[in-house]
Amino acid sequence: MTLFLLKRLATLVATLLATSVVVFVVLEILPGDAAQMMTGPDAAPEAVEALRAKLGLDRPAPERYLAWVGGLLTGELGDSHAYGAPVAGLIVERLALTVPLAVLAMTLTAVLAIAAGVYAASRHGRAGDVGLMGLTQLGIAIPNFWFAILLILAFAVHLRWFAAGGFPGWAAGAGPALKALVLPAISLAVVQAAILARITRSAVLDVLREDFVRTARAKGLSRRAALWGHVLRNAMIPVLTVMGLQFASLLAGTIVVETVFYLPGLGRLIFQSISNRDLVVVRNCVMGLAAMVVVVNFVVDVLYAAIDPRLKPSDA
Amino acid sequence: MTRDAGGSRATDAPAAAARQGDAPVRSARLQRALGHRSFLAGAVLTALVVAAAALSFVWTPWPPYEIDVMKKLAPPSAEHWLGTDSFGRDVVSLLLVGARNSLLVGTIAVGIGLTVGTALGLLAAARRGWVEEAIMRLSDFAFAFPALLSAIMMAAVFGPGIVVSIAAIGLFYVPVFARIVRATANAVWSREYVLASRAAGKGPLRITFEHVLPNVASVLIVQATVHFALAILAEAALSYLGLGTQPPQPSWGRMLNEAQTLLFQAPRLAIFPGIAIAIAVLGLNLLGDGLRDLLDPRLARRR
Repeated sequence: MTLFLLKRLATLVATLLATSVVVFVVLEILPGDAAQMMTGPDAAPEAVEALRAKLGLDRPAPERYLAWVGGLLTGELGDSHAYGAPVAGLIVERLALTVPLAVLAMTLTAVLAIAAGVYAASRHGRAGDVGLMGLTQLGIAIPNFWFAILLILAFAVHLRWFAAGGFPGWAAGAGPALKALVLPAISLAVVQAAILARITRSAVLDVLREDFVRTARAKGLSRRAALWGHVLRNAMIPVLTVMGLQFASLLAGTIVVETVFYLPGLGRLIFQSISNRDLVVVRNCVMGLAAMVVVVNFVVDVLYAAIDPRLKPSDA
Repeated sequence: MTRDAGGSRATDAPAAAARQGDAPVRSARLQRALGHRSFLAGAVLTALVVAAAALSFVWTPWPPYEIDVMKKLAPPSAEHWLGTDSFGRDVVSLLLVGARNSLLVGTIAVGIGLTVGTALGLLAAARRGWVEEAIMRLSDFAFAFPALLSAIMMAAVFGPGIVVSIAAIGLFYVPVFARIVRATANAVWSREYVLASRAAGKGPLRITFEHVLPNVASVLIVQATVHFALAILAEAALSYLGLGTQPPQPSWGRMLNEAQTLLFQAPRLAIFPGIAIAIAVLGLNLLGDGLRDLLDPRLARRR
């Protein structure tokens, strides 16, 4: 297990390094003159020159790359061109919204999907199963931002239970803040839950056919006890894998959903920084999101090994 | 390599059946396809979207770019079946032309991913060793950039636009297809008849085209269908954000963006483009499910 962890950790570091190189090349080298791009085509040459000096663009690329990675490790990310504030502070401020939103959405996804998947599997082939699976097909086909708009239409425009968007901030208290995250979390979760429910269902059905389940039932365990005690734990492996992969699309989804609900999160920061041509912010935020995806996949792989003792270190 | 999607179960049966191509086999297949509910539903919905796109080339109820402020936000009527938008443009016409846009994005993005990804996957399976290792590590870390994130990164550099979004989605699909093809192709390479052909002196290139590619084809068709649907969703999201299709070119995602500012005045504008996207995606997904069952019974989902 230790060897496996070490090997996996080495891959994690290598992946993060490769990711940082790609982000650097795409956002620092491809634009050609980043300072010109950030100030716009009609900027005064002196302004461009000043920004170029400020960003350190006069130095060679490898040196700039090392300075950036060093900054990533120490939290010195430089200043935002548009906000005139340190990028690190901006990101931390925005994460205070995006992290709770992502956790809320992922929890909702897991609860909805596992409940629906296990229920459908236990009613295999009957009306409940067929109906739920039809519903998941529909769920997968619906774009999350459209579902978000429909939720706004129903709960903000018609019923007036929720605001159509915006975030009061945690200073306003946990209640109002969480309330502002309810609709965004639901719109992020529903589509993902539809996919995960299908995975859960087929995983549970796979395990239900195994001999040890029959043995457990023969020992006198009730159907329900066998399902929750034995089947679910074993069915969790594919479910966890998919959840890890889904976390990536969930993070990307926050960019869209935060825009629909006008939430000041990391996703919206990226989106706004693109319009502002604030490459320093874009570069660090994209790196941040990509790093989260890589780290979550690492955690899933480790959990995977912890759950399934059959996965020996050598084949992991 | 824990996440290779069930590729090792490649089969030779469909390819063999296709090669025979005689009438009884074909009609039996057709009958099976017509009796397959999700294939049939998917085919009908997909045909509907393709027909809408094709129709938009020759006929739309109104010129899709015609702005008439006097008629803006008109409710559905005999004249404008689904009403007009905030510029007085006919919603039905916009939806029809939007179908063309979605199909274009899906076709090119999947085309890029399919051709480049398949080539890389076949190469990885044929050469093994460091070539395979390099291609797989490259695709491993490409997963750190979900399609939307890579599109956003490219939009930051090259500016928003339809070409950039298509390229970004297509590039993201390259590692996806490379992995699927490699996994399936590896299984084919380990078969005895491939071993026999090698012993008979056939080179890797010939084996790849004569044995591996035909066996990978059925898996590829299914994956291409499903990723076509995902591309439509990604393009809609990008256009909603204003990073994809640019005005005045109609796009379902853009229409939803414009509709959101008018939720209180004209909520119906936010309904129709969403339904259009859902029909296209649902149709392709059902079609993919059906094709999976029909082309490769051993990969079939339990029902």
